[in-house]
Order: sequence, then structure tokens, then C-alpha cells
Amino acid sequence: MNFEFSEDQNLLREQAQGFLAEHCPPSAVRKVLEGKAPFDKELWRKVAELGWTATTIPEEYGGLGLGYLELCVIAEELGRAVAPIPFSSSVYLATEAILMAGTRAQKEKWLPKLATGEAIGTFALAEGPGRPSPKSLKTSLAKGRVRGTKVPVADGDVANVAVVVTKTRAGDKASWQLVDLDQRNVKCDVISTLDPSRSHASVKFRSADCEPLGAEGEGWALTQKLLDRAAILFAWEQVGGAQAALEQAKEYALGRYAFGRPIASYQAIKHKLAHAYIKNTLARSNCYYGAWALNADAADLPVAAATARVGATQAYYYASKENIQTHGGMGFTWEFDCQFHYRRSKLLSVNLGSEGTWQDKLITAVEQKNAA
Amino acid sequence: MDFNDTPEEARFRKEARAWLEANAPKAEELEGLDGIARAKLWQKRKFDAGWACIRWPKEYGGRGASAIEQVIWNQEESKFDVPMGVFAIGQGMAAPTLMTWGNDEHKRKYLPRLASGEDIWCQLFSEPAGGSDLAALRTRSVKEGDEWVINGQKIWTSGAHYSDYGILVTRSDPNVPKHKGLTYFFLDMKSPGVEVRPIKQISGQSNFNEVYFTNVRIPDSQRLGAVGQGWQVSITTLMNERASIGGGGMGVGFDVAFKLASKLNIDDRPAIEDKAVRAKLADWYVQEAGLKYTGYRTLTALSKGETPGPENSIGKAVGAPKTQDMASFCMDLMDMAGAIDDPEIAELSGLVQASFMGSPGGRIAGGTDEIMLNILAERVLGLPQDVRVDKGIPFSEVPTGTKG
Ligand SMILES: Cc1cc2nc3c(=O)[nH]c(=O)nc-3n(C[C@H](O)[C@H](O)[C@H](O)COP(=O)(O)OP(=O)(O)OC[C@H]3O[C@@H](n4cnc5c(N)ncnc54)[C@H](O)[C@@H]3O)c2cc1C
Repeated sequence: MNFEFSEDQNLLREQAQGFLAEHCPPSAVRKVLEGKAPFDKELWRKVAELGWTATTIPEEYGGLGLGYLELCVIAEELGRAVAPIPFSSSVYLATEAILMAGTRAQKEKWLPKLATGEAIGTFALAEGPGRPSPKSLKTSLAKGRVRGTKVPVADGDVANVAVVVTKTRAGDKASWQLVDLDQRNVKCDVISTLDPSRSHASVKFRSADCEPLGAEGEGWALTQKLLDRAAILFAWEQVGGAQAALEQAKEYALGRYAFGRPIASYQAIKHKLAHAYIKNTLARSNCYYGAWALNADAADLPVAAATARVGATQAYYYASKENIQTHGGMGFTWEFDCQFHYRRSKLLSVNLGSEGTWQDKLITAVEQKNAA
Repeated sequence: MDFNDTPEEARFRKEARAWLEANAPKAEELEGLDGIARAKLWQKRKFDAGWACIRWPKEYGGRGASAIEQVIWNQEESKFDVPMGVFAIGQGMAAPTLMTWGNDEHKRKYLPRLASGEDIWCQLFSEPAGGSDLAALRTRSVKEGDEWVINGQKIWTSGAHYSDYGILVTRSDPNVPKHKGLTYFFLDMKSPGVEVRPIKQISGQSNFNEVYFTNVRIPDSQRLGAVGQGWQVSITTLMNERASIGGGGMGVGFDVAFKLASKLNIDDRPAIEDKAVRAKLADWYVQEAGLKYTGYRTLTALSKGETPGPENSIGKAVGAPKTQDMASFCMDLMDMAGAIDDPEIAELSGLVQASFMGSPGGRIAGGTDEIMLNILAERVLGLPQDVRVDKGIPFSEVPTGTKG
């Protein structure tokens, strides 16, 4: 047993930290948040150049063929930097889905482009408010074409390819379709979301060309597996963000004086930050286990994923809201960067299904483990 | 990173498990023995076979095992219902203090007896005027020749009534600021002048005591650290205390609550099907898993003999309130019958109710929740200390204890 990252992985972390400090400072996040550009194209290009988008893609498809531990390291740093790029959609979801269920031809077509960042991918599941299920899906397949509307689709407006979850004819199961978004029968409308540093769209499929990805009727099982794997990577982003929010609160508290003392010397502030530290530490430890389970494709992956996800969601939410609170009125201003974490924490938490969804999944996974 | 065993680790685990299977005491062996006798029987058996305090050096009765082997051993031993408990202070707190501050003779003489379970130790730290503010303690030590004469009172001393030795912090100089005038000893609890009086707890049990010292004599050779260095020595003990109390472990945890929720109904359906119940259970599962993996990480990050750091306060800060909340929740699952604590008829023989009544103590013993948060804020995050009105003032001029 070994509960730490390797020296190489720690080196990668240092490099990633240095790179993002230079190329993804808060001003870069703000530029996307306030501007018209859907994401930071320059940063995306550089990230792709570093090979981050190619991390887990096998070498035969133009990737680096590294493991998931490396991807977890990168995820944490992207989360810390609140990076305004379509990394999670393209790498944790679309790339993973194609790796999981793609035919050789599908992999050959998409993976090399996803590896270089030339193509951006996404995963389209949600169809408006409510927890999706195979029965709730309306998007369907008619004569081998996709019809329906997916909303919100993270990075739907900039993606070139989407994995779309459709209902089966009988309506009780789901299938995956691989849809090239650069076609006339797909219409993407940018929608405003809580976190404008990450772009989202409403995507209408009007009898869109598609190819089945994986077997028909297998889409729900595949979705669960994909979400479990992505949950661990999302959790690492969340833990990175939570740590950054705690550090931001701490720095401010040390420098801000009230009643003749730094506010950091008041117990109400100290205990708040200590609670954030506790939540972050426990979440990080659960993420370690998740990283291992993901990398080893362990049987315990569903438990590990939900555990990491629930803890990281709660930790980031807590750190981001108490960061604003610690800043007082300043924290509530547009000028201050506290909003980045507050927005991102909630976005990441709903992006992959709510906290309640994952609490429920965790107990289900424990039940299944006990029954096995 | 690898949460699986290497081949050597798997071999070690197999060996440990095989030994445990063959040697864990059977119910009939324990019948008629009280808690202490049971714990002693098991400890001695482990010691004789080289499975006691396995990370300690062999010469002191341990096995010289690695941190990972300790993790494996703990995992395996916890699968057996073996008697534990009374050695936590001696092995978890007094021993590391002896290893850090004691001389060779101390170590050779006392550590093997701790490992074998021959001796039980208690911790004589808290006083009526010195709990959270431990350094406000008043028990006096005065040097006379090669001996120290002790007068004063300790309180909340767990297990003093059955302990052979105690670790003791005293005030040797009231005329310097409070942290500077302390001196640390260990003593034989049968020394003349030591009087132990039980205190009844809200749980109805009497696990802790008042201990009075009247002209008790301790040889200077039983001093740990220099005269006036008692605070630093105490910190070694306290850090180890928080590390050893760790995740709580005792009382109601996820497994108990999960089984209960699977068995009891809400509106004619198993409670476990209720989404609100699932959400709560999930949060506790996440906390327990987080504590477990944090524990593994810190244990393996520590090289042998090093003092655990302030980050170990997490275990107590999370584990103790969690136990209380879970006990309360489990009683709610029983609904109106949740109040029954009669072991004859209560669900789980009253375990949950006992845990509910014991858990407030867990949030106080070994440093309160609030003190744990202060430690994390100040010593881990580096936030300023609380404003101190007693800084730099001779102890004799500082207000302490309870007024009015
Ligand atoms: C079951 C049990 C077993 C114990 N066993 C032992 C033992 O074996 N040996 C031993 O020496 N002691 C033992 N203790 C004593 C224990 O260490 C003390 O009770 C504890 O440190 C608190 O001290 P106190 O009781 O004096 O409370 P106080 O220090 O008076 O605290 C009262 C309240 O004030 C709060 N408070 C105090 N200072 C601060 C501060 N700076 N900031 C914020 N809040 C503060 C506390 O958190 C608490 O809520 C035991 C206690 C219990 C309950």
C-alpha cells in the first residue's frame, strides 16, 4: 500500500501550478466571465500543447497513454485556477465515453483530434430541471436520427462532437449516440448560466445525423459508469477550488483589521476556516482513494466515486461561501474574485448531478457492495 | 498510489489474520473476567507472540514494524471482537512521551511492561482550575534533596482507580509566566499520599476520578524533561493523545446506523429507502471514510518515533460530534421506543442510548471541540493566537478557575 502520489506526479503538479499561475491568473478567468469569448482559447491551445487533453488517450490514438493519477493531478490544479476552458466536458466526459464504448473507427476518428484539442467534445444528458432517468428522457431516435433538445449542455456551443443520451423505442432504457455537432441539423444556442466563465448551450437536434455509441439499450449503464469515473475527476477540481477559496479567505482575514485586531484573530473566523480546512482535508483523502480506484478500475469504484464526489461538493460549497463571508462587503462586489469560486462550486456540483443524487448513489453503492 | 497490498504486505496480512484467527479470545475464555482482566489477557497473548505495539522497537517489546504494517494490523484486528481500551493512555500517550523524553533506563524498565499489558497508566493533567487552559494548573511540586514533594488535586482522571502509574504535570515555580513554571513526572499510583475518589458521570458510570496529592514524594529520576520544561513534554503527550483518540471509533458509527435503517420501518417501508435517511447516512459514510484515509496518510507520512502534528486534531473534531449526532439520529429511527435504554428490551441492547449518553464526554475529553478548532486554526493554518490577557505575567497574579 502507498497512499501518496509518486515523485513524477508531484513534479507534474508543480509544473501545472507554475504554468497556470502564469497563463491562468484571476485576470484570465475574469476576461471570460465578463467577455464574449466562450472560453480562453489561448489557454486551451497551451493546455493541449502540454498534452493535458491527451493524458489518458492511448498512444495508438495520438495520446500520451498516461494513467488517471496524472489526470487527477491536472484536475486539481485546473480547479484551483478556476480555469475557463472546456476541459471537463471534453476530457472527463466525451473522451472517456469514446474510450469506454467507441468502435475502432470511432476512436480513430475522434480521439486524435480530442488529444490535440483540435476537437472539443461534450456529454449531453440533461433536458431541463429534474433528476434525469431513462423514463424522463424525451430525446429519441427516429430512423437513425436524433430528435430532441438537451439543456444545459456544458460547452455545447463550442463542442464539435457530443455523446447524446437518447431513450429507446420502448422508452424504458437509454442509448448513446455520437453526434458530430458541425451539421445543419443541430442548433446550439448559448444560454446564460451561474458561471459565465464556463459556457453552456441549449442544443436542438432536428433529425441530426448520428452513430450509435455502444450497444442499444446500454446507454444508462454506460452513463452511470461514465458519471462515476468523471465524478472523481470533478471531485479533484472541486478540492483544488476549495483549497484556493480557503487560502483566499485566510489571506484576507490576516490583512483585514476590525476593532484593533486582524479579523483572523476572532474565533468566529478562525473556527470557520478550521471547519473549511477539515472539510477540505477529508475530501482530499477521499479523493486519494477515488484516484486510486479510477486508475486501478477497482471494483469499489462506485463507492469511491460517490464518496469523493459528496465530500468534495460539500467542501467546495462551504469554502466558497465562507470565503465571501470572510471578505465582508468586499466579497460581495463584482470587482473581487470571491465570486469565481462561489459560481464554480455550484456549477461543478450540479454539472454532474446534485449532491442529493450522489448521496443516494453512495448508499446504493454501499448496499450493492454489502450484497456482493 | 496503491491501496492494494504489495506481495510482502499481503503475506504480512495473511500472517496477522491467521494468528488472529487462531488466537483471538473465545467467549468462553473471557467468561467471568471483568473488563480489565479481559484486556490484560488479550494484551499478554499478543505480547508473547510479538503482536503487541508492533511499531515499537523489539527491545521495548514491540515488533519493529513499519507504518503500513501497523495499518494492516489495525485493519485485521478490528475485524475481531477483542477486548481493548484500558491501555490507550499508557501505550498511546505515556509510552511516546517516555520514548521522546525518557532515558534508556526508563525505556527499558517501563515500555515492555506497557506492551505486555502488565501495567496500566493514567494521565494526571486536568485540574479544577486547569482544563482547556491546562497550563493554569496549580498542583505544586517542591524539590527536597533527590525528591519532589507534591501537593494538590487533579480531576477527571480516567482509570486512576485501577492504574499502576500516572503521568503528572505540576507547577514547580508560580513566580514565572504560567507555561514556564511547569515540571513533568511519572509516579507510582500506590505512592503514599495519593488518594483516588470516583466521580459519577451523566452516563451513570464512574470511569474518571478526583486524585488528591498530600505530600506525595517522587524521586527526581522520575522527572521527564528539565525543571520548567513540563509544558513542552505535555505537548508530546497531548499530540499523541489526539492521534490515538483519532476517529472516535467508539459508539455508534455508520455500520450500526445502516443496519438499523435497513431493519426499522418508516411508514411501512424500510427507513433506508427514505431519501432523507440516505442523505444523512451518506454524509456520515463520507466523514468516516475521509477520517480513515486521512489516518492512513498521516500514519505513513510519519517516520518512526516522530511526534504527530497538530493536524491530528481533525479526528477528534469530526469523530466526537459525529458519534453524538449519529446516536441521536438512531434513536429517532426507533421513534417512540428510542427512549428505552433497558438492555433487556432496547434495540441493540441499548448501545445507541449508551452512546448518546457517553458522547458528550467525547467532545470534551482530550481537548474540547473548540480547542481542536483553535489548534487547527492557529497551528495548522497559522492564524493569530487568541488575545491573551495572561501573557508574560507571573502565574501567581493570573486569575484562574471558576469565579463567583
Ligand atoms: C470523559 C472524560 C475523560 C477525561 N479523562 C481525563 C484524563 O484521563 N486525564 C486528564 O487529565 N483529563 C481528563 N479529562 C479532562 C479533559 O481534558 C477536560 O475536561 C477538558 O480539557 C476541558 O477542560 P474543562 O473541563 O476544565 O473545561 P473548560 O476548559 O472550563 O471549558 C468549558 C468550555 O469552555 C470552552 N473553552 C475553554 N477555553 C476556550 C478557548 N480558549 N476558546 C474557546 N472555547 C474555550 C471549552 O471548549 C468548553 O466548551 C477527561 C474529561 C472527560 C469528559
